[in-house]
Amino acid sequence: MALTREQLAQRVAQEFQDGFYVNLGIGIPTLAANYIPNGMQVMLQSENGLLGMGQFPLDEEVDADLINAGKQTVTMVDGASLFSSAESFAMIRGGHVDLTVLGAFEVDCQGNIASYMIPGKLIKGMGGAMDLVAGADNIIVTMMHASKHGQSKLLSECTLPLTGKGCIKRVLTDLALMDIEGGKFVLRERAPGVSVEEIQTLTEGELVIPDHVPEMTF
Amino acid sequence: MAGFDKVVSSYEEALDGLEDNMTVIAGGFGLCGIPENLIKEIKRKGTKGLTIASNNAGVDGKGLGLLLEDKQIKKMIASYVGENALFEAQMMSGELEVELTPQGTLAEKMRAGGAGIPAFYTATGYGTPVGEGKETRVFDGRHYILEEALKGDFAIAKAWKADRFGNLMFRKTARNFNPMAITAGKISVVEVEEIVEVGELDPDEIHLPGIYVNRVILGTFAKDIEQRTVRSA
Repeated sequence: MALTREQLAQRVAQEFQDGFYVNLGIGIPTLAANYIPNGMQVMLQSENGLLGMGQFPLDEEVDADLINAGKQTVTMVDGASLFSSAESFAMIRGGHVDLTVLGAFEVDCQGNIASYMIPGKLIKGMGGAMDLVAGADNIIVTMMHASKHGQSKLLSECTLPLTGKGCIKRVLTDLALMDIEGGKFVLRERAPGVSVEEIQTLTEGELVIPDHVPEMTF
Repeated sequence: MAGFDKVVSSYEEALDGLEDNMTVIAGGFGLCGIPENLIKEIKRKGTKGLTIASNNAGVDGKGLGLLLEDKQIKKMIASYVGENALFEAQMMSGELEVELTPQGTLAEKMRAGGAGIPAFYTATGYGTPVGEGKETRVFDGRHYILEEALKGDFAIAKAWKADRFGNLMFRKTARNFNPMAITAGKISVVEVEEIVEVGELDPDEIHLPGIYVNRVILGTFAKDIEQRTVRSA
Protein backbone atom coordinates (compact mmCIF):
# COMPACT_ATOMS: atom_id res chain seq x y z
CA MET A 1 0.00 0.00 0.00
CA ALA A 2 1.16 3.51 -0.77
CA LEU A 3 1.98 5.52 2.33
CA THR A 4 -0.64 7.89 3.73
CA ARG A 5 0.25 11.51 4.46
CA GLU A 6 0.65 10.58 8.11
CA GLN A 7 2.97 7.68 7.30
CA LEU A 8 5.09 9.91 5.08
CA ALA A 9 5.36 12.35 7.98
CA GLN A 10 6.25 9.50 10.35
CA ARG A 11 8.98 8.24 8.03
CA VAL A 12 10.39 11.78 7.72
CA ALA A 13 10.48 12.02 11.51
CA GLN A 14 12.70 8.92 11.64
CA GLU A 15 15.41 11.11 10.07
CA PHE A 16 15.38 13.53 13.01
CA GLN A 17 18.29 13.40 15.43
CA ASP A 18 18.56 14.81 18.91
CA GLY A 19 19.76 18.40 18.76
CA PHE A 20 18.78 18.97 15.12
CA TYR A 21 17.64 22.34 13.82
CA VAL A 22 15.03 21.46 11.18
CA ASN A 23 13.12 23.42 8.55
CA LEU A 24 9.87 21.78 7.51
CA GLY A 25 8.14 22.89 4.33
CA ILE A 26 4.44 23.47 3.92
CA GLY A 27 2.15 20.40 3.75
CA ILE A 28 3.34 16.88 4.57
CA PRO A 29 6.74 18.03 5.92
CA THR A 30 4.96 20.17 8.53
CA LEU A 31 3.08 17.08 9.76
CA ALA A 32 6.41 15.45 10.67
CA ALA A 33 6.56 17.76 13.70
CA ASN A 34 3.80 15.61 15.22
CA TYR A 35 6.09 12.56 15.25
CA ILE A 36 9.22 13.87 16.96
CA PRO A 37 10.17 10.90 19.20
CA ASN A 38 9.68 11.36 22.94
CA GLY A 39 12.79 12.55 24.70
CA MET A 40 14.34 13.93 21.50
CA GLN A 41 14.96 17.64 21.18
CA VAL A 42 14.36 19.09 17.72
CA MET A 43 14.15 22.83 17.10
CA LEU A 44 11.95 23.90 14.20
CA GLN A 45 13.03 26.82 12.05
CA SER A 46 10.40 28.85 10.23
CA GLU A 47 11.99 31.00 7.54
CA ASN A 48 9.83 34.05 8.25
CA GLY A 49 11.98 34.58 11.33
CA LEU A 50 11.42 32.06 14.11
CA LEU A 51 13.60 29.35 15.56
CA GLY A 52 11.73 27.21 18.07
CA MET A 53 8.28 26.97 16.56
CA GLY A 54 5.72 25.33 18.83
CA GLN A 55 2.29 23.84 18.27
CA PHE A 56 -0.79 25.68 17.08
CA PRO A 57 -2.15 28.11 19.68
CA LEU A 58 -5.27 27.65 21.77
CA ASP A 59 -8.03 29.92 20.56
CA GLU A 60 -7.29 32.50 23.25
CA GLU A 61 -3.54 32.40 22.52
CA VAL A 62 -3.83 33.37 18.83
CA ASP A 63 -1.44 36.21 18.01
CA ALA A 64 -1.50 37.81 14.55
CA ASP A 65 2.19 38.72 15.01
CA LEU A 66 3.23 35.09 15.42
CA ILE A 67 2.90 32.96 12.30
CA ASN A 68 4.90 30.34 10.45
CA ALA A 69 6.10 30.37 6.85
CA GLY A 70 2.75 28.90 5.79
CA LYS A 71 1.08 31.97 7.36
CA GLN A 72 -0.53 29.80 10.03
CA THR A 73 -0.78 31.05 13.59
CA VAL A 74 1.70 29.22 15.83
CA THR A 75 3.31 29.38 19.27
CA MET A 76 6.92 29.39 20.43
CA VAL A 77 8.68 26.80 22.59
CA ASP A 78 10.90 27.77 25.52
CA GLY A 79 14.28 28.72 24.10
CA ALA A 80 12.81 30.14 20.90
CA SER A 81 14.33 33.15 19.18
CA LEU A 82 13.05 35.72 16.71
CA PHE A 83 14.92 37.49 13.92
CA SER A 84 14.61 39.18 10.54
CA SER A 85 14.25 37.47 7.16
CA ALA A 86 17.85 38.35 6.29
CA GLU A 87 19.09 36.66 9.46
CA SER A 88 16.81 33.70 8.81
CA PHE A 89 18.24 33.10 5.35
CA ALA A 90 21.77 33.65 6.61
CA MET A 91 21.11 30.60 8.80
CA ILE A 92 19.73 28.68 5.84
CA ARG A 93 22.30 29.69 3.22
CA GLY A 94 25.11 29.43 5.71
CA GLY A 95 24.36 25.75 6.22
CA HIS A 96 23.39 26.04 9.87
CA VAL A 97 20.10 24.17 9.52
CA ASP A 98 20.69 20.44 10.01
CA LEU A 99 17.76 19.09 8.01
CA THR A 100 15.37 20.54 5.46
CA VAL A 101 12.24 18.74 4.34
CA LEU A 102 10.19 20.01 1.42
CA GLY A 103 7.82 18.91 -1.31
CA ALA A 104 8.33 18.77 -5.08
CA PHE A 105 6.55 18.24 -8.40
CA GLU A 106 9.51 16.41 -9.95
CA VAL A 107 13.00 15.22 -8.99
CA ASP A 108 15.53 13.74 -11.37
CA CYS A 109 18.47 11.40 -10.90
CA GLN A 110 20.93 14.31 -11.32
CA GLY A 111 19.59 15.67 -8.03
CA ASN A 112 17.61 18.45 -9.73
CA ILE A 113 14.32 19.51 -8.21
CA ALA A 114 11.29 21.29 -9.71
CA SER A 115 8.77 22.47 -7.15
CA TYR A 116 7.57 25.99 -7.78
CA MET A 117 6.16 26.54 -11.22
CA ILE A 118 4.06 24.85 -13.86
CA PRO A 119 4.34 27.12 -16.91
CA GLY A 120 0.98 28.39 -18.11
CA LYS A 121 -0.78 26.98 -15.09
CA LEU A 122 0.32 27.62 -11.58
CA ILE A 123 2.28 30.79 -10.89
CA LYS A 124 2.79 31.32 -7.21
CA GLY A 125 6.51 31.72 -6.75
CA MET A 126 9.31 29.88 -5.06
CA GLY A 127 9.05 31.51 -1.64
CA GLY A 128 12.03 30.27 0.34
CA ALA A 129 12.40 26.93 -1.46
CA MET A 130 15.27 27.97 -3.75
CA ASP A 131 17.30 29.25 -0.83
CA LEU A 132 16.51 26.14 1.21
CA VAL A 133 17.62 23.69 -1.48
CA ALA A 134 20.73 25.73 -2.26
CA GLY A 135 21.71 26.18 1.37
CA ALA A 136 21.06 22.83 2.99
CA ASP A 137 23.33 19.83 2.80
CA ASN A 138 20.81 17.44 4.24
CA ILE A 139 17.51 17.64 2.37
CA ILE A 140 14.65 15.19 2.15
CA VAL A 141 12.11 15.71 -0.59
CA THR A 142 8.65 14.31 0.11
CA MET A 143 6.45 13.76 -2.91
CA MET A 144 4.14 11.46 -4.79
CA HIS A 145 6.02 8.85 -6.80
CA ALA A 146 3.74 9.21 -9.82
CA SER A 147 0.76 11.25 -10.99
CA LYS A 148 -2.79 9.95 -10.70
CA HIS A 149 -2.42 8.78 -14.30
CA GLY A 150 0.66 6.72 -13.44
CA GLN A 151 3.21 9.16 -14.86
CA SER A 152 6.50 9.04 -13.01
CA LYS A 153 7.70 12.12 -11.15
CA LEU A 154 11.15 10.58 -10.61
CA LEU A 155 12.75 11.36 -13.90
CA SER A 156 15.98 11.13 -15.85
CA GLU A 157 15.59 14.88 -16.39
CA CYS A 158 13.11 17.30 -14.86
CA THR A 159 10.67 18.79 -17.39
CA LEU A 160 9.51 21.76 -15.27
CA PRO A 161 11.54 24.88 -14.39
CA LEU A 162 14.06 23.98 -11.69
CA THR A 163 14.05 25.12 -8.09
CA GLY A 164 17.58 23.85 -7.61
CA LYS A 165 20.28 22.08 -9.56
CA GLY A 166 22.11 19.00 -8.32
CA CYS A 167 21.14 19.56 -4.70
CA ILE A 168 18.87 16.63 -3.81
CA LYS A 169 20.31 13.45 -2.35
CA ARG A 170 17.30 11.81 -0.68
CA VAL A 171 13.70 11.41 -1.82
CA LEU A 172 10.78 9.93 0.11
CA THR A 173 7.70 9.12 -1.93
CA ASP A 174 4.45 7.39 -1.09
CA LEU A 175 6.09 4.20 -2.45
CA ALA A 176 9.79 4.33 -1.63
CA LEU A 177 12.78 5.93 0.00
CA MET A 178 15.62 6.55 -2.44
CA ASP A 179 19.05 8.12 -2.38
CA ILE A 180 20.51 9.85 -5.42
CA GLU A 181 24.07 8.75 -6.08
CA GLY A 182 26.21 9.05 -9.19
CA GLY A 183 23.33 10.10 -11.43
CA LYS A 184 21.03 7.26 -10.35
CA PHE A 185 18.23 6.66 -7.91
CA VAL A 186 19.17 3.99 -5.38
CA LEU A 187 16.22 2.20 -3.80
CA ARG A 188 16.68 2.04 -0.02
CA GLU A 189 13.27 1.17 1.39
CA ARG A 190 9.84 0.40 0.05
CA ALA A 191 6.42 1.17 1.49
CA PRO A 192 4.85 -1.84 3.24
CA GLY A 193 3.28 -4.16 0.67
CA VAL A 194 4.71 -2.31 -2.35
CA SER A 195 6.84 -4.45 -4.64
CA VAL A 196 10.18 -3.54 -6.11
CA GLU A 197 8.65 -4.14 -9.56
CA GLU A 198 5.90 -1.61 -8.95
CA ILE A 199 8.48 1.01 -7.90
CA GLN A 200 10.63 0.18 -10.92
CA THR A 201 7.66 0.60 -13.28
CA LEU A 202 6.82 4.02 -11.85
CA THR A 203 10.40 5.32 -11.83
CA GLU A 204 11.40 6.85 -15.14
CA GLY A 205 14.96 7.78 -14.11
CA GLU A 206 17.58 5.04 -13.75
CA LEU A 207 16.95 3.01 -10.61
CA VAL A 208 19.51 0.88 -8.84
CA ILE A 209 17.95 -1.97 -6.88
CA PRO A 210 20.16 -3.44 -4.15
CA ASP A 211 19.80 -7.15 -3.31
CA HIS A 212 17.86 -6.41 -0.19
CA VAL A 213 15.27 -3.61 -0.09
CA PRO A 214 13.57 -3.63 3.31
CA GLU A 215 10.02 -2.51 3.93
CA MET A 216 9.62 0.67 5.97
CA THR A 217 8.69 0.13 9.56
CA PHE A 218 6.69 2.50 11.71
CA MET B 1 9.86 67.77 12.99
CA ALA B 2 13.00 69.12 14.51
CA GLY B 3 16.43 67.63 15.09
CA PHE B 4 16.12 63.88 15.38
CA ASP B 5 12.38 63.89 15.99
CA LYS B 6 11.00 61.69 13.21
CA VAL B 7 7.36 61.65 14.25
CA VAL B 8 4.80 62.93 11.75
CA SER B 9 1.15 63.42 12.54
CA SER B 10 -0.69 62.45 9.36
CA TYR B 11 -0.45 59.72 6.78
CA GLU B 12 -0.49 62.39 4.10
CA GLU B 13 2.68 63.85 5.57
CA ALA B 14 4.13 60.36 6.04
CA LEU B 15 4.06 59.73 2.29
CA ASP B 16 4.73 63.28 1.11
CA GLY B 17 6.94 63.14 -1.97
CA LEU B 18 5.77 59.74 -3.21
CA GLU B 19 5.19 60.13 -6.92
CA ASP B 20 4.15 58.06 -9.92
CA ASN B 21 6.67 55.50 -11.24
CA MET B 22 8.71 55.37 -8.04
CA THR B 23 10.12 52.21 -6.47
CA VAL B 24 8.77 51.29 -3.05
CA ILE B 25 10.21 48.63 -0.78
CA ALA B 26 7.66 47.22 1.63
CA GLY B 27 8.05 45.15 4.78
CA GLY B 28 5.78 42.31 5.83
CA PHE B 29 5.33 38.58 5.33
CA GLY B 30 1.89 37.63 4.08
CA LEU B 31 -0.36 39.95 6.07
CA CYS B 32 1.93 39.79 9.12
CA GLY B 33 3.78 42.99 9.94
CA ILE B 34 2.59 44.87 6.86
CA PRO B 35 2.35 48.67 6.83
CA GLU B 36 -1.38 48.41 6.32
CA ASN B 37 -2.27 52.08 6.76
CA LEU B 38 0.59 53.32 4.57
CA ILE B 39 -0.67 51.00 1.83
CA LYS B 40 -4.16 52.46 2.26
CA GLU B 41 -2.69 55.94 1.98
CA ILE B 42 -0.99 55.01 -1.32
CA LYS B 43 -4.37 53.81 -2.53
CA ARG B 44 -6.00 57.08 -1.45
CA LYS B 45 -3.27 59.14 -3.12
CA GLY B 46 -3.76 57.17 -6.32
CA THR B 47 -0.03 56.99 -7.07
CA LYS B 48 0.44 54.95 -10.24
CA GLY B 49 3.12 53.03 -12.12
CA LEU B 50 4.78 51.83 -8.93
CA THR B 51 7.46 49.18 -8.73
CA ILE B 52 7.01 47.42 -5.42
CA ALA B 53 9.42 45.02 -3.78
CA SER B 54 7.79 42.96 -1.05
CA ASN B 55 7.87 39.28 -0.16
CA ASN B 56 4.18 38.94 -1.03
CA ALA B 57 1.56 41.02 -2.79
CA GLY B 58 -1.13 40.82 -0.12
CA VAL B 59 -4.34 38.94 -0.76
CA ASP B 60 -7.49 40.05 -2.54
CA GLY B 61 -8.68 43.27 -0.90
CA LYS B 62 -5.95 43.31 1.77
CA GLY B 63 -2.42 44.62 2.06
CA LEU B 64 -0.78 45.34 -1.29
CA GLY B 65 -3.76 43.60 -2.91
CA LEU B 66 -5.54 46.94 -2.42
CA LEU B 67 -3.19 48.63 -4.88
CA LEU B 68 -4.07 46.15 -7.61
CA GLU B 69 -7.69 47.27 -7.62
CA ASP B 70 -6.86 50.57 -9.31
CA LYS B 71 -3.87 49.12 -11.15
CA GLN B 72 -1.35 51.22 -9.23
CA ILE B 73 1.41 48.62 -9.43
CA LYS B 74 3.38 48.36 -12.68
CA LYS B 75 5.93 45.85 -11.45
CA MET B 76 6.07 43.53 -8.48
CA ILE B 77 9.26 42.00 -7.09
CA ALA B 78 8.21 39.18 -4.76
CA SER B 79 8.96 35.60 -3.76
CA TYR B 80 5.41 34.30 -3.43
CA VAL B 81 2.24 35.69 -4.96
CA GLY B 82 -0.35 32.96 -4.37
CA GLU B 83 -3.78 33.43 -2.79
CA ASN B 84 -4.46 36.53 -4.87
CA ALA B 85 -6.84 36.13 -7.81
CA LEU B 86 -6.60 39.74 -9.00
CA PHE B 87 -2.81 39.53 -8.98
CA GLU B 88 -2.87 36.37 -11.06
CA ALA B 89 -5.33 37.92 -13.54
CA GLN B 90 -3.23 41.07 -14.00
CA MET B 91 -0.04 39.04 -14.31
CA MET B 92 -1.54 36.67 -16.90
CA SER B 93 -2.92 39.57 -18.96
CA GLY B 94 0.51 41.22 -18.96
CA GLU B 95 -0.69 44.40 -17.19
CA LEU B 96 1.50 43.59 -14.23
CA GLU B 97 5.16 42.73 -14.60
CA VAL B 98 6.42 40.24 -12.03
CA GLU B 99 9.97 39.44 -11.04
CA LEU B 100 9.86 36.32 -8.90
CA THR B 101 12.80 36.46 -6.53
CA PRO B 102 13.79 33.79 -3.99
CA GLN B 103 12.85 34.86 -0.48
CA GLY B 104 16.36 34.82 0.96
CA THR B 105 17.75 36.59 -2.09
CA LEU B 106 15.05 39.25 -1.77
CA ALA B 107 15.91 39.83 1.89
CA GLU B 108 19.61 40.02 1.07
CA LYS B 109 19.02 42.37 -1.89
CA MET B 110 17.29 44.77 0.50
CA ARG B 111 19.96 44.33 3.15
CA ALA B 112 22.70 44.92 0.58
CA GLY B 113 20.87 47.98 -0.78
CA GLY B 114 20.81 49.52 2.67
CA ALA B 115 24.38 48.53 3.49
CA GLY B 116 26.10 49.97 0.41
CA ILE B 117 26.87 46.60 -1.16
CA PRO B 118 25.97 46.83 -4.87
CA ALA B 119 25.72 43.09 -5.50
CA PHE B 120 26.51 39.72 -3.95
CA TYR B 121 27.03 36.12 -5.03
CA THR B 122 24.62 33.43 -3.92
CA ALA B 123 24.14 29.79 -4.87
CA THR B 124 20.38 30.28 -4.65
CA GLY B 125 18.83 30.08 -8.11
CA TYR B 126 21.88 28.81 -9.97
CA GLY B 127 20.75 26.60 -12.87
CA THR B 128 17.14 27.76 -12.52
CA PRO B 129 15.10 30.44 -14.35
CA VAL B 130 16.20 32.90 -11.63
CA GLY B 131 19.83 32.53 -12.70
CA GLU B 132 19.22 33.03 -16.42
CA GLY B 133 21.27 35.89 -17.86
CA LYS B 134 23.06 36.55 -14.59
CA GLU B 135 26.81 36.57 -14.13
CA THR B 136 28.11 33.39 -12.52
CA ARG B 137 31.27 32.53 -10.71
CA VAL B 138 32.75 29.43 -9.12
CA PHE B 139 34.03 29.55 -5.54
CA ASP B 140 35.47 26.37 -4.02
CA GLY B 141 33.99 24.30 -6.82
CA ARG B 142 30.46 25.61 -6.38
CA HIS B 143 28.48 27.80 -8.77
CA TYR B 144 27.08 31.14 -7.64
CA ILE B 145 25.08 33.85 -9.38
CA LEU B 146 25.51 37.58 -8.99
CA GLU B 147 22.45 39.30 -7.56
CA GLU B 148 22.17 43.07 -7.46
CA ALA B 149 21.09 45.10 -4.46
CA LEU B 150 17.68 46.75 -4.25
CA LYS B 151 17.04 50.33 -3.27
CA GLY B 152 13.77 52.19 -3.05
CA ASP B 153 12.74 55.81 -3.50
CA PHE B 154 10.57 55.00 -0.51
CA ALA B 155 10.43 52.22 2.05
CA ILE B 156 7.21 51.54 3.92
CA ALA B 157 7.32 49.38 7.01
CA LYS B 158 5.62 48.43 10.25
CA ALA B 159 7.26 48.18 13.66
CA TRP B 160 5.91 47.62 17.14
CA LYS B 161 7.44 50.47 19.14
CA ALA B 162 9.43 53.53 18.22
CA ASP B 163 10.89 56.36 20.19
CA ARG B 164 10.69 59.85 18.74
CA PHE B 165 14.17 59.42 17.22
CA GLY B 166 12.94 56.49 15.15
CA ASN B 167 14.73 53.78 17.11
CA LEU B 168 12.63 50.68 16.55
CA MET B 169 11.51 47.46 18.15
CA PHE B 170 9.60 44.81 16.26
CA ARG B 171 7.29 42.19 17.69
CA LYS B 172 7.59 38.43 17.11
CA THR B 173 7.43 37.34 13.46
CA ALA B 174 6.07 40.75 12.41
CA ARG B 175 9.74 41.72 12.13
CA ASN B 176 10.38 39.67 8.94
CA PHE B 177 11.41 41.97 6.03
CA ASN B 178 10.75 45.23 7.86
CA PRO B 179 14.27 46.05 9.12
CA MET B 180 15.94 45.46 5.72
CA ALA B 181 13.18 47.27 3.83
CA ILE B 182 13.70 50.34 6.03
CA THR B 183 17.45 50.41 5.45
CA ALA B 184 16.97 50.25 1.67
CA GLY B 185 14.69 53.28 1.28
CA LYS B 186 15.83 56.80 0.40
CA ILE B 187 12.87 57.96 2.44
CA SER B 188 11.84 55.34 4.98
CA VAL B 189 8.47 55.58 6.63
CA VAL B 190 7.52 53.39 9.56
CA GLU B 191 4.11 53.04 11.16
CA VAL B 192 4.07 51.79 14.73
CA GLU B 193 1.70 50.72 17.47
CA GLU B 194 3.32 52.83 20.14
CA ILE B 195 5.59 55.86 20.29
CA VAL B 196 7.59 56.38 23.46
CA GLU B 197 9.76 59.22 24.65
CA VAL B 198 13.46 59.22 23.89
CA GLY B 199 15.35 57.31 26.57
CA GLU B 200 12.54 54.89 27.30
CA LEU B 201 13.84 52.13 25.03
CA ASP B 202 16.79 50.20 26.38
CA PRO B 203 19.56 50.85 23.80
CA ASP B 204 20.54 47.17 24.06
CA GLU B 205 17.08 46.13 22.95
CA ILE B 206 16.64 48.37 19.93
CA HIS B 207 16.30 46.17 16.84
CA LEU B 208 16.94 48.93 14.30
CA PRO B 209 18.61 52.27 15.03
CA GLY B 210 16.78 55.44 14.07
CA ILE B 211 19.51 56.48 11.65
CA TYR B 212 17.73 54.42 8.98
CA VAL B 213 14.32 55.96 9.66
CA ASN B 214 13.01 59.22 8.20
CA ARG B 215 9.42 59.33 9.36
CA VAL B 216 7.46 57.61 12.10
CA ILE B 217 3.70 57.62 12.39
CA LEU B 218 1.41 56.17 15.04
CA GLY B 219 -1.23 53.84 13.58
CA THR B 220 -3.99 51.48 14.56
CA PHE B 221 -3.89 48.07 12.97
CA ALA B 222 -6.42 45.44 11.91
CA LYS B 223 -3.71 42.72 11.91
CA ASP B 224 -5.62 40.34 9.67
CA ILE B 225 -4.71 36.66 9.92
CA GLU B 226 -4.40 34.60 6.74
CA GLN B 227 -4.54 31.13 8.28
CA ARG B 228 -6.06 31.07 11.73
CA THR B 229 -5.01 27.64 12.98
CA VAL B 230 -5.75 26.58 16.55
CA ARG B 231 -5.56 23.43 18.63
CA SER B 232 -8.24 22.40 21.07
CA ALA B 233 -7.47 22.38 24.76
